[in-house]
Amino acid sequence: MAFPHRPDAPELPDFSMLKRLARDQLIYLLEQQHEVDKLYKVENKPALSSNEQLCFLVRPRIKNMRYIANLVNADKLAGRTRKYKVIFSPQKFYACEMVLEEEGIYGDVSCDEWAFSLLPLDVDLLSMELPEFFRDYFLEGDQRWINTVAQALHLLSTLYGPFPNSYGIGRCAKMSYELWRKLEEEEDGETKGRRPEIGHTFLLDRDTDFVTALCSQVVYEGLVDDTFRIKCGSVDFGPEVTSSDKSLKVLLNAEDKVFSEIRNEHFSNVFGFLSQKARNLQAQYDRRRGMDIKQMKNFVSQELKGLKQEHRLLSLHIGACESIMKKKTKQDFQELIKTEHALLEGFSIRESTSYIEEHIDRQVSPIESLRLMCLLSITENGLIPKDYRSLKTQYLQSYGPEHLLTFSNLRRAGLLTEQAPGDTLTAVESKVSKLVTDKAAGKITDAFSSLAKRSNFRAISKKLNLIPRVDGEYDLKVPRDMAYVFSGAYVPLSCRIIEQVLERRSWQGLDEVVRLLNCSEFAFTDMTKEDKASSESLRLILVVFLGGCTFSEISALRFLGREKGYRFIFLTTAVTNSARLMEAMSEVKA
Amino acid sequence: MDCYTANWNPLGDSAFYRKYELYSMDWDLKEELRDCLVAAAPYGGPIALLRNPWQKEKAASVRPVLDIYSASGMPLASLLWKSGPVVSLGWSAEEELLCVQEDGAVLVYGLHGDFRRHFSMGNEVLQNRVLDARIFHTEFGSGVAILTGAHRFTLSANVGDLKLRRMPEVPGLQSAPSCWTTLCQDRVAHILLAVGPDLYLLDHAACSAVTPPGLAPGVSSFLQMAVSFTYRHLALFTDTGYIWMGTASLKEKLCEFNCNIRAPPKQMVWCSRPRSKERAVVVAWERRLMVVGDAPESIQYKQLTIQVLLDRLVLRRLYPLAIQICEYLRLPEVQGVSRILAHWACYKVQQKDVSDEDVARAINQKLGDTPGVSYSDIAARAYGCGRTELAIKLLEYEPRSGEQVPLLLKMKRSKLALSKAIESGDTDLVFTVLLHLKNELNRGDFFMTLRNQPMALSLYRQFCKHQELETLKDLYNQDDNHQELGSFHIRASYAAEERIEGRVAALQTAADAFYKAKNEFAAKATEDQMRLLRLQRRLEDELGGRFLDLSLHNTVTTLILGGHNKRAEQLARDFRIPDKRLWWLKLTALADLEDWEELEKFSKSKKSPIGYLPFVEICMKQHNKYEAKKYASRVGPEQKVKALLLVGEVAQAADVAIEHRNEAELSLVLSHCTGATDGATADKIQRARAQAQKK
Repeated sequence: MAFPHRPDAPELPDFSMLKRLARDQLIYLLEQQHEVDKLYKVENKPALSSNEQLCFLVRPRIKNMRYIANLVNADKLAGRTRKYKVIFSPQKFYACEMVLEEEGIYGDVSCDEWAFSLLPLDVDLLSMELPEFFRDYFLEGDQRWINTVAQALHLLSTLYGPFPNSYGIGRCAKMSYELWRKLEEEEDGETKGRRPEIGHTFLLDRDTDFVTALCSQVVYEGLVDDTFRIKCGSVDFGPEVTSSDKSLKVLLNAEDKVFSEIRNEHFSNVFGFLSQKARNLQAQYDRRRGMDIKQMKNFVSQELKGLKQEHRLLSLHIGACESIMKKKTKQDFQELIKTEHALLEGFSIRESTSYIEEHIDRQVSPIESLRLMCLLSITENGLIPKDYRSLKTQYLQSYGPEHLLTFSNLRRAGLLTEQAPGDTLTAVESKVSKLVTDKAAGKITDAFSSLAKRSNFRAISKKLNLIPRVDGEYDLKVPRDMAYVFSGAYVPLSCRIIEQVLERRSWQGLDEVVRLLNCSEFAFTDMTKEDKASSESLRLILVVFLGGCTFSEISALRFLGREKGYRFIFLTTAVTNSARLMEAMSEVKA
Repeated sequence: MDCYTANWNPLGDSAFYRKYELYSMDWDLKEELRDCLVAAAPYGGPIALLRNPWQKEKAASVRPVLDIYSASGMPLASLLWKSGPVVSLGWSAEEELLCVQEDGAVLVYGLHGDFRRHFSMGNEVLQNRVLDARIFHTEFGSGVAILTGAHRFTLSANVGDLKLRRMPEVPGLQSAPSCWTTLCQDRVAHILLAVGPDLYLLDHAACSAVTPPGLAPGVSSFLQMAVSFTYRHLALFTDTGYIWMGTASLKEKLCEFNCNIRAPPKQMVWCSRPRSKERAVVVAWERRLMVVGDAPESIQYKQLTIQVLLDRLVLRRLYPLAIQICEYLRLPEVQGVSRILAHWACYKVQQKDVSDEDVARAINQKLGDTPGVSYSDIAARAYGCGRTELAIKLLEYEPRSGEQVPLLLKMKRSKLALSKAIESGDTDLVFTVLLHLKNELNRGDFFMTLRNQPMALSLYRQFCKHQELETLKDLYNQDDNHQELGSFHIRASYAAEERIEGRVAALQTAADAFYKAKNEFAAKATEDQMRLLRLQRRLEDELGGRFLDLSLHNTVTTLILGGHNKRAEQLARDFRIPDKRLWWLKLTALADLEDWEELEKFSKSKKSPIGYLPFVEICMKQHNKYEAKKYASRVGPEQKVKALLLVGEVAQAADVAIEHRNEAELSLVLSHCTGATDGATADKIQRARAQAQKK
């Protein structure tokens, strides 16, 4: 269990500095205010504070501006004068100020920025905590966050030295990278001469691999996220887990010794591991018997606290496991996984389609149904017209007509599309390229995105050998490849791409894959001289997921790192999973 | 043998002075200095002369000439004064010539006589005129103080950041003060003025009377006052012929001297030699000059920094010399050579006789991509000289596209600005340009521009979605984007409209748009929704309860739960609900009602399209094993084992599995053999397995 790192694995940089920087800046900003005494969550209801000044710490969203405007205008109506300060994090957008102006309160508030863009959730995981990135960029085509990403990368390079080798795939990856370079050039000299700490960067757009993000997660951390939702690195375990009447907020990271041993494990191993651990713990407690007073004193002062802590964590994770098992057996989890695997491998498409239909008819879950439909669409290069229509009809009948808009979103993002009847692949492609050259076409982006985003999953899967051939049972206890994160059925596409490029140190020989990913223009390699980079730093790799990454991908790459002697550092716009992706695309009545 | 001290004259008891010519002035003056307004810049800066024709009784018909000379009298510029009467001249710390006019306007000229800008000292002056003005220097910059015809003072402590301050009234002041000066104490500018035997100190809040300590009695008027360059010291000349010297704070007297001349002096100034601890006041009359010294006291001189020195060279267009100094001092490029080259370029663009191409090329050749040089600043200067085309050419050399945007906007090249903003990747910049464009262009052109810039279009759409819904609609209309228009109206049907008629109308508009978009599916689905909405409304009217906004499935379920089976059937037929869904739906609803009788009747109405395992499952979910068993027997062979296990018939399940010889089923049953009574069953399965293997 819990594979240790290879002895030659490089040390991770210390990311706590990011936290300190952010904290100091916030304290500075708040201290300019006098006596910030209480924090309220921004919700659409009046603030109850009777204070003479209000300070809002917000994301730069128009919705939030309207909230603030309503509040200030209500105060004005009531003849009340207060001071208002808005602190935008991670940055201020001009559009927000515009709204404040249009609502007539620009003169009443003062604005500040809190450039907090990187939250270290764990020793190897940095999150920008921008879940909206996914919808804004991949659905709305809004590029405002790209600058934020470039700034974050720039911050990393000022703190941890230059990044000598960079690779990337995806339009957003390319734009972010170019903007980042520009920032580095403008502030030339700051990182010059410094030794690089992190040898490689890999930027990847979420839309190059939707499949992995849409799969049910079966690695412990992913499963906990799917079941309980991990928020900012912590999870709320309800009474059913804590076996008391209270909920408990638990931080999930490398500090938790029990969790760090099981987080990357396939769920089927976790329970056995935990019970073994419980027996060991009991044995350590039992040592008390037969101790003399001095030994007992030692035990109490030195070991007992640790044991108790471990005991507490252990019972929590056992509780979580039980709760997961209960939920997963109830909804016929095995059947679901079987369908997913069939979709990934491309057999029994009819059965899978019927399964999805039944899922919808029974109103099992709107988000789950949507996820399965998308998975079917992407793995099959779009649904055949008959299924496309009937599944959508069924879905609207079950979950309401507003989802007509959801389908429109999914189509635009390339997540749920219709196979063009009678069109061979090449015909579609020629149509696409014609559209691309025809710049006068105004609707080009819409038309282009839905057509161009043919997923070609089957062909890519074949090229990259994503479905491992297994003779006999796949031993999940001793995994042999990254496929273990999906029970041995599928190697995550995103992780495989990263593995292949790192092996080659370029995209050479992957031209066909890149073409199938529709990324011919957006795959790049940028190697600088490596003379300053130590061999240790060259095994430290920063992977940047634009649009979010899942815990399964993190586990898979951690596994790859152990195999090859690399250490991966993950930077993501947010940790995501299938439900979050689907919710981002869904239209709900307000 | 020369006597070294021969040309030194005694000054008081312990000091001596001498007079000798440093250099002679190069100028060839046509006017008497006494007839001119004269201003000499500090630190050996330039000298400005303006013949003052307005002083004479009748205005001269010829226009006066403004001449600017270097400190050694080299002519720098000469221009005809075409503006109004000037009251006072003075140089700012940046060596800009400030000309204060009688009407309160202050015209600002460069060292070479180039007009820079103008500002006004306030509206009040327009009526009352300016009687007198002073240009003074503080640590914040250069200031202007004026005395108006209404005997009020107005001052601005820094003309670079113009904030006018009207000083309070001086009580009883009926005529102009006999003399006045500006003081700077505690970082605030004051005015000291003399009215008869009294001295007043004015600050922005109050007017207070002050008395110099140790002043000899008998003074009925102050004829002249002088403050030292650092504002530390003050000298007063009284009508009794006394010179009082003390600190400007009026707290301390340094010395007093009776010169026995009662005529008002023309001028009185503080002077001192560099690094000398001695200070003196020089008083000038028509034909007499007097130097009055005082006891030593330490003074510190602020020296010109190297940056200021370079600035001065640059102002005098001595670029090569400045660059040589930079190189000699090994100044960093950004502070040194780049800055000077940038200044040179800014000068270069003003050479109107050289073509745009040549200027641009010359600048680029010399500057290349020197760090710290901003091509956009140089371009801005070119635009300022009216050379728009040159500015655009220069902007092309600017590597940071974002930097090009503000100037392009200023030059009304908004579309180019938009492309550059997009190139920069800065969405805020794009947005700024968009708002410019929106105001500048008519709506049609604005939309047209957006069409060709998808990135800007997305950004603007996002804004409209939250803030300007109508504009969003217009955008889609303009594009004939019927698909998005349809979606827009769908959203409106539940987000904007409240009355049912309004909602149906919105849906109708949406359906029409979808037809236009050739999206028949969406059009049909929308029409179905219109029907459903109307029907739900009717159901609410007739049956009560909530139906509006339920999905079709939930509408039917609600009907069944309410016992309206007939209605439910009708609805299912009208909306062509597929059999499978209907069966799932009824099954769930009837089980929720625990209407087991109706459920059984339903199960027998025809062959179930979803099989009978779901019946078993749902009964067990309601903990009704009795009912569940009824259906278990009807489950088809494929799912029989599962059904039997669900109702707890482990032994029977084992029999079926053995009969099927199905390994998966066998292990499934085995995993259910947990009870004490299941031992025999488990053995049976193991035996069957063993037999199967033998074969």
